[in-house]
Amino acid sequence: MNIQLTVNGKVQEKDVDPRLLLVHFIRDDLGLTGTKIGCDTSQCGACVVSMDGKTVKSCTCLAVQANGSEITTIEGVSNNGELDPVQEAFWNNHGLQCGYCTSGMIITTMELLKKNANPSDDEIRDGLKGNICRCTGYQNIVKSIQAAAEVMRS
Amino acid sequence: MTTRIFGSGIRRREDPRLITGGATYTDDVQLPGMLYAAILRSPHAHAKINSVDTSAAAAAPGVVAIYTGADTDGVLNPIPCAWVPPGADLVAVAHPSIAKDVARYQGDAVAVVVAEDRYQAEDALELINVDYSPLPAVTNPEAAMQPGAPQLHEDAPNNQAFHWVAEGGDTDVAFEAADVIVKDKIIQQRLIPNAMEPRSAVASWTRATGELTLWSTSQNPHICRFLASLVTGIGEHKIRVIATEVGGGFGSKIPMYADEMIASFCSMQLGLPVKWTATRSEGFLSTIHGRDHVEYVEMAATREGKITAIRTKIYAGMGAYLSTAGPGVPTILHGLIYSGAYDIGATKADVYGVFSNTTPVDAYRGAGRPEATFLVERLVDLLAVELGIDPVELRRKNLIPKFEDGHDVASGITYDSGDYEPLLNMVLGQADYQALRQEQTRLQESGHYMGIGVTCYAEICGLGPSQVAGAVGFGGGLWESAIVRFHPTGKVNVYSGISPHGQGEETTFAQIISDELGVDVDDVSIVHGDTSNTPMGWGTYGSRTTAVGAAAMVLAARKIKEKARLLAAHLLEAAEADVEYVDGHFTVKGSPDQTKSIQELATMANVAWNLPEGMEPGLEASAFYDPPNFVYPFGTHLAVVDVDADNGHIVIRRYIAGDDCGPQINPMIVEGQVHGGVVQGIGQALWEGAVYNDDGQLITGSMVDYALPRAHLLPNMEVLSTETPSPHNPLGVKGIGETGAIASTVTVYNAVIDALRPLGITSLEMPLTPEKVWRAIRQQQGS
Repeated sequence: MNIQLTVNGKVQEKDVDPRLLLVHFIRDDLGLTGTKIGCDTSQCGACVVSMDGKTVKSCTCLAVQANGSEITTIEGVSNNGELDPVQEAFWNNHGLQCGYCTSGMIITTMELLKKNANPSDDEIRDGLKGNICRCTGYQNIVKSIQAAAEVMRS
Repeated sequence: MTTRIFGSGIRRREDPRLITGGATYTDDVQLPGMLYAAILRSPHAHAKINSVDTSAAAAAPGVVAIYTGADTDGVLNPIPCAWVPPGADLVAVAHPSIAKDVARYQGDAVAVVVAEDRYQAEDALELINVDYSPLPAVTNPEAAMQPGAPQLHEDAPNNQAFHWVAEGGDTDVAFEAADVIVKDKIIQQRLIPNAMEPRSAVASWTRATGELTLWSTSQNPHICRFLASLVTGIGEHKIRVIATEVGGGFGSKIPMYADEMIASFCSMQLGLPVKWTATRSEGFLSTIHGRDHVEYVEMAATREGKITAIRTKIYAGMGAYLSTAGPGVPTILHGLIYSGAYDIGATKADVYGVFSNTTPVDAYRGAGRPEATFLVERLVDLLAVELGIDPVELRRKNLIPKFEDGHDVASGITYDSGDYEPLLNMVLGQADYQALRQEQTRLQESGHYMGIGVTCYAEICGLGPSQVAGAVGFGGGLWESAIVRFHPTGKVNVYSGISPHGQGEETTFAQIISDELGVDVDDVSIVHGDTSNTPMGWGTYGSRTTAVGAAAMVLAARKIKEKARLLAAHLLEAAEADVEYVDGHFTVKGSPDQTKSIQELATMANVAWNLPEGMEPGLEASAFYDPPNFVYPFGTHLAVVDVDADNGHIVIRRYIAGDDCGPQINPMIVEGQVHGGVVQGIGQALWEGAVYNDDGQLITGSMVDYALPRAHLLPNMEVLSTETPSPHNPLGVKGIGETGAIASTVTVYNAVIDALRPLGITSLEMPLTPEKVWRAIRQQQGS
């Protein structure tokens, strides 16, 4: 099937197998390997991308379902090398260790802060229910998100 | 004035590539002409393989080749077990990469499909027709040793893989003389490590040169190369292993796996690069598991509360085959550390390693030491109840007093340094322990169940002296080496055989070298993870990377400084004895103008226009560091939990971690290691646990069924520390990667039991799920 979509501001038109997962389209067809695959049951959130402003787990979405959409992956988050405040906050607050869950965490955070500019720790932790990190124990991720929220509010 | 960056919590240089999607993990590697492998795995825990019919699969679209055990048999050597504890009658059963006659666990590889893309490969798997005759299976290590249990290997009667006993002091005498003995049966449930990056391998064989390049999700690429050489028969000099970015390991990426060797075999057959990447469900079955002990433990003590002995009998599940380091975990890394933080006259570990129809078991965060710490601290709490002594006071009474240079414990090992009581006091102060106990009493009166768990631990890490490695049957050395090289412009590369995969050592090692050589931290880069451009090293595990790997770098840097001093004296026309080093500069004593920076000297050494007679050009050095002893971090952890008696829910109200890993290079990173370790340990206490059914089917085979810690279930941890240097290490540093997981499981477990004790509950099996707690409470109320 022929699909056309915008990924990180660039229009992509491809002929894809109807069963192709969006995450494989992004990683293998477009070569944007910053989006990760951590599970096959829609549990871990490593594959989270933003589709039309909403987070989706790209391992649980077909490429054809993304037809006509606008997608942002981690590669599209920073602007010409200038980090987004969320990225900067994760860096400043040791919000990552191995980095494998980080792309999904950052995209999830961006939506979370768009919905709630001044979240409590509990609200942040609740918002991370769909993202698993095995390294950090989440504490510095929560701290990073609070720091990003503060920067973005000011 | 000398400024040091050691001790500074600078942010990590690894992060920019990780937060922008710019890092390259193994599955991100794309090579021209690359094919994709998918592995067919046995759906049975135990079955005779009568035949494998690949004809339909071979005709499927995109399929390039299919191989079975008949193809790899005799071509690939068995996957070796590399840790064979001596005196244990260990049965080193052959572990074929692809099972040919018998599948011994659900997930055992039976065939591999190579196709043009991963979808085609997966499709073709379904067309392979395997005729199995299912056999009875056994999954529990204690049950596997009982008469009549299904047998896995002909040459391992009763499924006994080994029997290892370590006794120090006379435990029989101590138990006979004891006023009090407390006992327990502990199930150290099987855990599934679940690093977020699934395992992956890209194998690329170059027929013309006979060279194999293997990208592998490994914690130890040099060991991977060593073992790949043994399995494939290719000389090590023609194998290059690259561990690019590795997404967590926690021990699960130490072993040599069949899958990497299958991918290599396919590439060698086809002359094309082949990628294999585990799906998560595949990882649940094929990546090593951890723990899996059935333990009978007992402690002897005097009426006054002096602990005199610990004795155990342990059935340690090894899985269907012996994984790379598997047998070393419940033995050397477990049975020698029963003294923990206490002065105990006699300890004895009696350990059976047992085969079962399950995924092989190997090192998982803490590896043997969480299990040891658990049983010691569980017994201390039981003893406290038995004697009616406050559990903290009982611990304090038995703590090893301060020592700065060596303390022998009963098992025969010598702790390096320790000062346990200050950290205990610090944690108790932070918690306001007395107030907590008062609150507990108050709450109990109103029907609320709050519990406090306190753990004092000492652990063994920083593996380790190579002579000891040899003596305990480890199939390699445990030293590290480093090359430190000044480039002509004064910039520095450090090449190391260690292989960090999330721990941030590109940053912390640069901090160390920056201080050591007096150059800006940004002028130093650490190179690791590729056997073609790094010196031999044994890798990252056992909290050894800094204690051993960084020590090698420091020794190399010191050699460089000595050479630079000689060159400075020559160029400054001064006597060597008159040139002194301060903060990156060599200066003639009393003549501050007569000075050369080490970076200027690097230029002069590299251009070699004017060197002292006999001096070689260049400014670089290599050094090997073989530690004289292990290192022994220690600490006190405290948890406060609230248990809801109506529904069994447990909330961790507070968690305080007090750890001493010696001087901290980067406190921010140390704290991150503590957080992660503590949460993995909490995972074991409350949620995680592999479940097999009677047929040997893994019931918890995905992240839906296996409960990993999630953000909303966890507290903010309070992290404290003291700094007691190791006397034998050039930096005084110990290890911090595993302490959290070593201490937190039993801390939380003891806190929950402390909360439930008024309800008559004194023991529960982990994980302490709400259902289990609720049922136990109901049972008590019904009785």
